[in-house]
Amino acid sequence: MDSYDVVIIGAGVVGCLTARFLSRYQLRILVIEKESDVGAGTSSANSALIHAGYDPLPGTLKAALNVRGNEMWDQLADELDFDFERCGDYVAAIGEDEFQQLQILKRQGEQNGVPGLKILSVDEIRKRIPNINPEVSGALFAPTAGICDTFAVTIAAAENAQMNGVMFRFDTCFESFLVEKHRIVGIRTDRGDIRCQWVINAAGLYADEVMHQAGSHPEFMIHPRRGEYCVFDPACFQIDTVLFPVPSEKGKGVLFFKTTHGNTIVGPTSEFVDCKEDKAVSVTGLRYLEEQMQRLIPGADLRWTIASFSGLRASGNAICTNSDVDYSGDFLIESDKTVKGLIHCAGIESPGLSASPAIAERICLLLEQSGFEMIEKPYWNPRRKRRPCFRHLTNEERNELIAQDPRYGRIVCRCEMVTEGEIAAEIHAPIPARTYDAIKRRTWCGTGRCQGGFDMIRVVEILTRELNLSSEKISKNGPGSEFIFSETKNQRSGQC
Amino acid sequence: MLTVHAYDVIVIGSGPAGLAAAVSAKKNGVNSVLVIDRDVEPGGILLQCVHSGFGLETFGEDLPGPSYAQRYILEAESQKINLLMDTMVLDITSDFVVTVSNETIGVQRLQAKAIVLAMGCRERSRAQIRIPGTRPAGVYTAGTAQRWVNVEGLMPGKNFVILGSGDIGMIMARRLSLEGARVNRVVEIMPYLNGLSRNYVQCLQDYDIPLFLNHTINKILGKKRVEAVEVVRVDQNRKVQPETAEIIPCDTLLLSVGLIPENELTRKIGVSMDPITGGAIVDNCFETSIPGIFVAGNVVHVYDLVDYVSQDGTTAGKYAASFIQCNWNSNRRKIPVIVEEPLRYVVPQKICPDTLRESAIRLLMRVSYPMEYPVQVSLFTDQKEILNKTYPYVRPGEMVSIQIPKSAYDLIMASQEVRLKVLRKE
Repeated sequence: MDSYDVVIIGAGVVGCLTARFLSRYQLRILVIEKESDVGAGTSSANSALIHAGYDPLPGTLKAALNVRGNEMWDQLADELDFDFERCGDYVAAIGEDEFQQLQILKRQGEQNGVPGLKILSVDEIRKRIPNINPEVSGALFAPTAGICDTFAVTIAAAENAQMNGVMFRFDTCFESFLVEKHRIVGIRTDRGDIRCQWVINAAGLYADEVMHQAGSHPEFMIHPRRGEYCVFDPACFQIDTVLFPVPSEKGKGVLFFKTTHGNTIVGPTSEFVDCKEDKAVSVTGLRYLEEQMQRLIPGADLRWTIASFSGLRASGNAICTNSDVDYSGDFLIESDKTVKGLIHCAGIESPGLSASPAIAERICLLLEQSGFEMIEKPYWNPRRKRRPCFRHLTNEERNELIAQDPRYGRIVCRCEMVTEGEIAAEIHAPIPARTYDAIKRRTWCGTGRCQGGFDMIRVVEILTRELNLSSEKISKNGPGSEFIFSETKNQRSGQC
Repeated sequence: MLTVHAYDVIVIGSGPAGLAAAVSAKKNGVNSVLVIDRDVEPGGILLQCVHSGFGLETFGEDLPGPSYAQRYILEAESQKINLLMDTMVLDITSDFVVTVSNETIGVQRLQAKAIVLAMGCRERSRAQIRIPGTRPAGVYTAGTAQRWVNVEGLMPGKNFVILGSGDIGMIMARRLSLEGARVNRVVEIMPYLNGLSRNYVQCLQDYDIPLFLNHTINKILGKKRVEAVEVVRVDQNRKVQPETAEIIPCDTLLLSVGLIPENELTRKIGVSMDPITGGAIVDNCFETSIPGIFVAGNVVHVYDLVDYVSQDGTTAGKYAASFIQCNWNSNRRKIPVIVEEPLRYVVPQKICPDTLRESAIRLLMRVSYPMEYPVQVSLFTDQKEILNKTYPYVRPGEMVSIQIPKSAYDLIMASQEVRLKVLRKE
């Protein structure tokens, strides 16, 4: 049987960053993931914002880890070489009534330790965001907020972990714990048992179910809360910032935000759903977005949409461990109280992404505090380089690249200008892209106006060739999502 | 350093419009013509259109797409037209510098004296019509499925539902049936057919594939692969009637919900666009608002007959040649062509009266809604009807055309505009 020191359940942003942080120690680490790629759940469908930290209730774990996490992003982006921009964000008050709320938010942020918060006058916010609702009465500006591409962060962390010896196993689903004398000795998966000393539960939407397998916190439940988004064609509409409405009891509301890819996105909705896989886009959701977005940008039009998607937030009901604070819905990050060798991080909804490096840091600390021997590697490499991206190069740089590998001259996705060279590089990367979605998320291929109309066939062909598989084996996102059923009659009879 | 190669005319796109334009420019006396295409072989979308129905007007023959394309490819070869295949155009400037990229020459800049844009069109995607539901594998545009089946020899499904009664969708319904797949139905949100009537008869009726007008897909179901779609009836305002929902099991949903002229490059150059056609505003020489930038084929507006595409490509190529031969007056007088409801648009949007001296001018139009009775299409110059043409019916899926003869030269020269109307024929 395979044997590891630590097994991490879930290759989302929390699991991968934890793997990366733990990879500096002399440990044998395995990450298991039920899907075919990293970041296939919540980590590839969210707002990709690094919140400043004025929103969570002071005293909660969410507040502490949001603010701590926020501080860590510059170094993380530098070491892991992903796009991160501290563009700041705005909360716009529409009408006089909402203006009071800005003061409350600002005070709350200051209590949480958020630096640089500033209330802007009507004139100032209008100057900065000219197409904002003319009824705007002011705005809160948080300069430390930023944007990233969550999937890019996840894959960067996973690759750096892999470089430092962490193993990954995909299409592998956790089933139960192997426990001897109240101590974890391994886990059972649908692909066999794995021995280990420690398990980190970073199972996202399923973290409650994993927890219940250990017999802990039967009262803790994750109730998936769906968020729907629309991505706008940059030719129709762009906003060069992150713009929130004033938050309500329903959450942070429907916002407009720019992405690291140059698109503007509107969303999310907020709706509890029953199924943890229900990532459907709904008529009611789209209608809600259409209605809500008028509050901030009157005249915003869903006809500008080039893609819509939805993600599920892992909303939990954990009671804040700080007894001074009356809040249920906090992160639950702790060593298991009944079995030894198990750490949970559960209920990681917003500001989960912002907090994720701080969550990884905390997990390392919990491991250390438990007396687990953690010796640093003498040659740990914290740095990972991204691969070349044709779109962002000068023509001279492009030609240098093409001289090395001509496939960088062949453009497969016209809208986003992605080359065959980039796609092949991802297929042969440390964490190989083996599906269409895996390539799409890594290269941004197929995300433009034609939504794969031109590139899809070509990407399937490249995957077929590079992986040396038959076309019928190539899938959108893993087993069950194959594109092709068979060859045509002519092809089958060899007449072509 | 980037090298610069020079050509007289550079044509972007090697489909029927591009090839016709290239051949025509060459025949009209230019020295060097280069055709650039992103695909490996010339012919454009015709190569995946293995069905017949092409060339009836031009050649008096009923040809499959690749055969029709081959005639122009052979002519391009005999005219010694340069082809640069498997090459993407990254950028075009208004002073005719074309930046391209491919595997063999890398990124290079090419200089032309005139340019013909013939990039064709692309299909409307799922996101643009915002079909709710999950995002599994098995939702493709009809053209993607067409390429898979006809070019790659691969079957992207077994049990299909097709949304939209566009021509490619109907043609794929037949093609997939011939391949042994099941096509459950074609669903069309409008109360009328979107494509050509002949395709309805030959592709759906002959294969017992039902067409559901006034219906749409309200939801896509399935986690990894499409498992079913929810089909609903819509009322006359295209509003979904939820009580009529019916779950149709299928593994693939094909979309044939409209074509959009592919004008990313055109917009980047700064050419004036027509919001209704989605293409450039042109005159009858197919010159755009930027002198020396010509357009041809589906990049101007979506045609329904390839023969007209080739003919208009020929016109664009001819005038591109004139442009560089210095017998061109970019300030020549142009008058607007105006359409009245129910006509939705006309191409060209402007005409140059003095070109009538050399040749007749064809105007192509589409109506907004069907008129299932005899109608008269009339052309007016300053309130006076100068010619008309009777149609037994007009439908949005079928283009309406009218030709201004050379004999109208004096009348057109004397007028400030031409106006088109469609009226019920009494």
